[in-house]
Amino acid sequence: MSFVPGQPVTAVVQRIEIQKLRQGENLILGFSIGGGIDQDPGQNPFSEDKSDKGIYVTRITPGGPAEVAGLRIGDKIMQVNGWDMTMVTHDQARKKLTKKREDVVRLLITRKSLEEAVKHSKGSHPRQ
Amino acid sequence: MDTESTYSGYSHYSGRSRGSHRHGERSRDRHKSRSKDSRSEKSVTINTLPAEPLLGDSSLRGEKVQDDNWGETTTAITGTSEHSLSQEDIVRITKDLEDSVGLDCRHYVTRSIAVILGLLVFFTPLAFLVLPHILWPEKLQSCGTACEGLFISVAFKLLILLLAVWALFFRPARAGLPRVFVFRILLAVLVLLFVISYWLFYSVRILDSQDENYQGIVQYAVSLVDALLFIHYLAVVLLELRQLQPCYSVCVTRATDGETRHYNLGQLSIQRAALAVIEHYYCDFPIHNPALLSASKSRAAKHLAGLKVYNVDGPGNNASAGIAQSQSRAMIAAAARRRDTSHNELYYEEAEHERRVRKRRARLVVAVEEAFTHIKRMQEEEPKKAPGDVMDPREAAQAIFPSMARALQKYLRTTKQQHCHSMESIQQHLAFCITNNLTPKAFLESYLTPGPTLQYGKDHWLGRRWTLISEASVTSGLKDGSIFLLKCVDFSLVVTSRKIPYVQMSEEYIDPKSHKFVLRLQSETSV
Repeated sequence: MSFVPGQPVTAVVQRIEIQKLRQGENLILGFSIGGGIDQDPGQNPFSEDKSDKGIYVTRITPGGPAEVAGLRIGDKIMQVNGWDMTMVTHDQARKKLTKKREDVVRLLITRKSLEEAVKHSKGSHPRQ
Repeated sequence: MDTESTYSGYSHYSGRSRGSHRHGERSRDRHKSRSKDSRSEKSVTINTLPAEPLLGDSSLRGEKVQDDNWGETTTAITGTSEHSLSQEDIVRITKDLEDSVGLDCRHYVTRSIAVILGLLVFFTPLAFLVLPHILWPEKLQSCGTACEGLFISVAFKLLILLLAVWALFFRPARAGLPRVFVFRILLAVLVLLFVISYWLFYSVRILDSQDENYQGIVQYAVSLVDALLFIHYLAVVLLELRQLQPCYSVCVTRATDGETRHYNLGQLSIQRAALAVIEHYYCDFPIHNPALLSASKSRAAKHLAGLKVYNVDGPGNNASAGIAQSQSRAMIAAAARRRDTSHNELYYEEAEHERRVRKRRARLVVAVEEAFTHIKRMQEEEPKKAPGDVMDPREAAQAIFPSMARALQKYLRTTKQQHCHSMESIQQHLAFCITNNLTPKAFLESYLTPGPTLQYGKDHWLGRRWTLISEASVTSGLKDGSIFLLKCVDFSLVVTSRKIPYVQMSEEYIDPKSHKFVLRLQSETSV
């Protein structure tokens, strides 16, 4: 998941669609994010590369819409509804996720286990 | 001055005396004064109809230009008068009549009453002490040590009372107010009652029965003096201390150009509040300059040009009231559309004026700085120059004045201040600046910005006569929302008062050790 500056980022991503849940007058997704280009990447417990300033999922509310949709803790969010999340500040990421007018967010997330899964499937089925 | 002769149109008794409103006088019928008779003056205002050349037409004209309230509020004198009196003459005459009889008389009467009361109060204890010795000296017990000690205390307390009364009551009066101070009257009555009751007791119990106990009499006199000192303390609290704590915030606006200031006053009667406002006015408000108002008046005249009834375009507009209403509405609508370009003119005119003022100002500053370099203070150690060279400040000022006179005069003309400064006053100011080593900038400061009224010569302190116009009684206290007017010859000040709100303050203690911080580099937000 590290990136080489100047080269396009490639990753294996999973599409996750989360329906926002209405709680009072707020629409919540049921998870917490951490990270961002204005934050300290060294303190991120979930990233492999400690210089990765992407947005990570740090906590999932049990039974919330995110867990139901398949989001897991430690996932890195690459895109939200088409908006890039690899080079944003923490606050920009929060804003893209909490737009009041949208009640569904489509995320592209990546995690280590996806890479493993792809490698395994490639290995077991060469030349597909 | 414009010609003052009147083919008299209307004269109406008004509660305020009009200043010389020569310009823009056309629509005076619209803003007729309220027929509130101010108690202090009944002044007569004579308004002239503008541009009335023909004798025969005047009465006819007088009939045509009426507004709705004409019948109730005016006393019309039609026809012509041979004597021509100017407005200011009439105002001056009525005021002189009042002054010579009314105010001086009252001033002397109050003074004499105060002196009589003071003498009565001062000599009463002495009389108490002396009368037994005169009337029944043989029956009197001799005065022991304690009694003689009381003599000393009476003497000193009387001395203190005398000084205190002199300090509080016998100060030069700084103003003549329309009504008397209520508190002073109350105090005088209180003192009088007090002294009378003491005299009654004394005459009944002591004089009639010829009491021998002289020490008791002396103690009685001492108690009187003590009580008088306490009454004086009450006077200090009522007259001086009570209004020190600010309670009301008054907003003072000058009617002609809108200058506004705010002051904090304590609990005062309306007339004393008015006096305080006037004293602040002389210090804080820039001087009233009627020349600066002519521009807006001419604009106003132009706005009304299509609306006023005296339309020189034709007599068709002077119809009866009903048609005139609808016609005037139509004219207002048309004028509103037509007025679109006047703001443009105003903008460019003001920009041009600003530029001109700045240019003149630059020239003036340079001229003055150059003039100041021509003279320098002679040092003592220098060898004595010829007597012709050595000048005193006045001569030095006269020597350098011509080089800056022209620039200064042009600048004053551009800013319309030329009537405030005479050549004599400028030279005096220049001599003053030279004497006190002021820089050219300091010299110019009084000409570049209009200062408070006190700064200018005495002839500019227009209207040391002020009229207080108030709906509430002027001896009643200032209240939240009370409004009164202070009228001077040229302008008026509108004063409104507001109560300062009650402040409820609470405290919060912060432990100095509780200021602790952490770095927030990895934040987590829940969405």
